Amino acid sequence: MSKRRPYVRPMAGWWRKNPFFVEYMIHEGSALFVAAYGVVLLVGLVCLAQGEAAWNGWLAAMKHPLALLFHLAVLAMISYHSWSWFKIMPKTMPPLVIGGKRVAPAMITGAGLAATVVASLILLGLVWGMTR
Amino acid sequence: MARTITMEVLRYRPEQDAGPVFQTYEVPFTDDMSVLQGLLHIKDELDETLSFRWSCRMAICGSCGMMINGKPALSCKTFLRDLAPGPVRIEALNHFPIERDLVVVMEDFIDKLERIQPYIIPKEPRTLEQGEYLQTPAQLEKYEQFSSCINCLLCYAACPQYGLNPDFVGPGALALLHRYNADSRDGGAAQRMELVAAEEGVFNCTAVGYCSEVCPKHVDPANAVNQNKTTAAADYFLGFLKPKGSRT
Repeated sequence: MSKRRPYVRPMAGWWRKNPFFVEYMIHEGSALFVAAYGVVLLVGLVCLAQGEAAWNGWLAAMKHPLALLFHLAVLAMISYHSWSWFKIMPKTMPPLVIGGKRVAPAMITGAGLAATVVASLILLGLVWGMTR
Repeated sequence: MARTITMEVLRYRPEQDAGPVFQTYEVPFTDDMSVLQGLLHIKDELDETLSFRWSCRMAICGSCGMMINGKPALSCKTFLRDLAPGPVRIEALNHFPIERDLVVVMEDFIDKLERIQPYIIPKEPRTLEQGEYLQTPAQLEKYEQFSSCINCLLCYAACPQYGLNPDFVGPGALALLHRYNADSRDGGAAQRMELVAAEEGVFNCTAVGYCSEVCPKHVDPANAVNQNKTTAAADYFLGFLKPKGSRT
């Protein structure tokens, strides 16, 4: 009779056992904040469709100290999400060859982050210009 | 007087242990000793019952992968001097059933390796008279890094998705699948697509990326897997544009 008795180890709590996995879970979790902010904007859009009173109510709600705190938290989480998203991006795309040379992963991450900053500044400028 | 380091080794002897238990050994070491040499010292001098796989001692055979302080690594390529003062914790590779001590059951991987058809399926059959298949350096570069895989299974031990769902074909086998698909001499991509796009295929990957971090040969399996997500999606949607009956 075979003495083989392979032992299968449990997976419970796997993500707590390695700092790399903790970072991965924080990255995945930060996506919830991105979604939450999407919902806030969507509610704003619905209020806008409902008329002036609803829209002004939404604007007033956005100025509440708790709403400002929420925005700061979301900003921090979205910044982390963008940073970790672009960090993994070189691993998710085919090799980028420019001028016969393969573009380095750090260059791709850097370009993504730079594009995020530039796009955010343009958006901020536009909104600033329109609301003044 | 040689320095010593404490090595805590996960033991599992199916005939006597209900489950794995750690056993501690005091191992004398010098600066040039790898973790594998530490284990060999235990086997030769302290406890001959300890089981582990090893062969080349120079990071090319892929036999001696294990968890070292919780991280998948080749024990021949990890040095005790870097882990001093210790203790060093050695376990069998994560996500695989333990056969005995540090030896894991790897039939599952061998089966997956067969399923990806890890050989060139010639795009155009050539006779001997027609000569060899030619390839430019640029064509070689497309797959070369993926051909460096030594089947050490560190990427599987690094992949929580494989741990949670052992049906997942996994990083190593998919990187090798990509190695053949990306070869200009190969014409087997359509045959391999069924597995790439299958329930157990590339879409199990959630881009954790740890597989590529631990790979001792810089294969970057995460890249191979994620490139094939794009290929599989394109194949699925472009399939609707093809005439009826032409889909494989």
